[in-house]
Amino acid sequence: MDRELMDREPMDRGPMDRGPMDRGPMDRGPMDRGPMDRGPMDRGPMDRELANGIEREARQAKAIDDAAISARGLTKRFGETTAVDNIDLLIRKGELFGLLGANGAGKSTIIKMLTTMLTPTSGEAKVWGYDIVRERSQVRSSIGVVFQDPALDGMLTGRENLDFHGRMYGMDSALRKARIADVLELVDLKDKADIQMQDYSGGMKRRLEIARGLMHRPHVLFLDEPTIGLDAQTRRYIWEYISRMNREMGVTIILTTHYMEEADFLCDRVAIMDRGRIVALDRPENLKDAIGSDTITLVTDSDKDALIRSFQSFSWIKSISSDNGSIKLQVDHAQSRVAEIVLEASRNNAVISSVGLHKPTLEDVFIKFTGKRMEENGSRNKRAEMAPPRGGR
Amino acid sequence: MSAARLKGDLYAIYSIWLREMLRFFRLKSRLFGSIASPFFFLAFLGMGFRNIGRIPGIPEGVDYMSFLTPGIIGMTLLFSATFAGLSVLWDREFGFLKEIMVSPVSRIAIVLGRTAGGLTTGILQALIILFLGIMLGMSLPSIQGLILSLVFMILIATTFIGLGLAFASKMEDMSGFSLIMNFLIFPLFFLSGALYPLDQFPELIKILAYFNPLTYGVDGLRYCLIGTSAFSPLTDFAVLGVCCAAMLFLGAYLFETTEVN
Repeated sequence: MDRELMDREPMDRGPMDRGPMDRGPMDRGPMDRGPMDRGPMDRGPMDRELANGIEREARQAKAIDDAAISARGLTKRFGETTAVDNIDLLIRKGELFGLLGANGAGKSTIIKMLTTMLTPTSGEAKVWGYDIVRERSQVRSSIGVVFQDPALDGMLTGRENLDFHGRMYGMDSALRKARIADVLELVDLKDKADIQMQDYSGGMKRRLEIARGLMHRPHVLFLDEPTIGLDAQTRRYIWEYISRMNREMGVTIILTTHYMEEADFLCDRVAIMDRGRIVALDRPENLKDAIGSDTITLVTDSDKDALIRSFQSFSWIKSISSDNGSIKLQVDHAQSRVAEIVLEASRNNAVISSVGLHKPTLEDVFIKFTGKRMEENGSRNKRAEMAPPRGGR
Repeated sequence: MSAARLKGDLYAIYSIWLREMLRFFRLKSRLFGSIASPFFFLAFLGMGFRNIGRIPGIPEGVDYMSFLTPGIIGMTLLFSATFAGLSVLWDREFGFLKEIMVSPVSRIAIVLGRTAGGLTTGILQALIILFLGIMLGMSLPSIQGLILSLVFMILIATTFIGLGLAFASKMEDMSGFSLIMNFLIFPLFFLSGALYPLDQFPELIKILAYFNPLTYGVDGLRYCLIGTSAFSPLTDFAVLGVCCAAMLFLGAYLFETTEVN
């Protein structure tokens, strides 16, 4: 299903877009093994099939060429355990892509391989057209990374940390100065720039790291659990920064998270990971649609059977079930049907003591595909800490 | 390697060196702490044995303070250089290593930047100890000797930065740190002839000392600073030079292949 999505209009990219990159002949992918190998052409129906084949392969090749990230059969084993198991992935330029999974699902290991910190056991991947094993330094020049744990020098000030970063990416002093001012502005840390890192709060550190990841204007930004352990308000801020950078600067962003609302709120597409594999991949709304319709729950003491009989005349109710004291109706667009249902109930002189409405969440999707709740695995997942900021797009 | 790449790497070496300097001078306690223990060795051993009479093995006319100071300079370099190499572990522990490793700077530039930083701080400490030794009564070295001694200081420091780096690249965390200190660094120090002449060791231990690069470093420093040595200074230079190249290569190689998890 992602192949189809890949064919959508290319996203608008901002001033960050450096235009087509020079690529070697190595990069052509499936085109190399093209239809040319099939021998002399026959006339007739074979021709169209062939033409379709060429077109399909050309489209695939274009998708891979256009991809910010492409991976095929990517695998990482640590001794006996397989952390990442034969992953295929295609992430578009300009996309905000989420890897959603419990701790230990393999999200961070994928990120570490794509950022050249770990070498894959097998399979291959390209980031911005560069091979993650053979062209490490080109990959490194194209990406920015915000790791799960802070990667800052506590003895240096915020500004010095940023300055060091600029130097590592070969920026001259004037450029560093300008960019540091830019990114500090972006994350609201201007007035804290000259205090030592060790005196920063967790949220400030995270913001500084995001600023640093952007400072060298990477094509692709990796964010490994960007809001883990942060309070609700800070998470909200960081979500805003992330989505603003993606929108305004056109940076391709890949983030990992085990917070459902985060993936739902931020990501264009989400890959759900379980035990090293991708078990589902689509736009969050499609994922939610795919697992079914909304549920309206009525609690009543009146005659349920009569009520159910009368509901059966509505063609838009997909299914009806009842257990002690409540009736469950499966309905699309539940919010626009509640009034009608309550009206019908009162026509039947039934007394409704409460009406509940449940729309599928990404959590439901997650449970469906992995067969478990996030809380069961996430030891670090502290409910109290993550009080979800409500509302979405 | 393209010219731009080389320029970027040179700039990175300088920047990594600069960071080491910032860190070193920002933590005053570390500066004093790193000087304190060699200074105590120098002061208390030096003053304690000053009037003990002639120590066998020390040439006629060389007082103990003069004999001891080059040894303590060797000790200072051994400790500070190994620490500098091992400081990769701190960066690993606090996550900063990832920031360096994910940047487009080549691994060799990272190694050289660290080495340059460790060299600078090590030699600075060594010169402070030399100055303190002279204050405490060591005979004054000649200018040529002083300059020549810098060569030995660089070789000693680089050797042990390489050693520290090699260990740090293979260690997951800091749990092995005290093992290295107690079972490697201290024996290297005591087996180097830094405190007393090697003649006094039993034959077996003497052989061990011959395999210790610091032995040649301390001997070379003695030649430069007080004009007396057990081996020829050229032997000292050759052996130490080979050790230095080998250790730096080993450290760089192991660091190159390290994965950051």
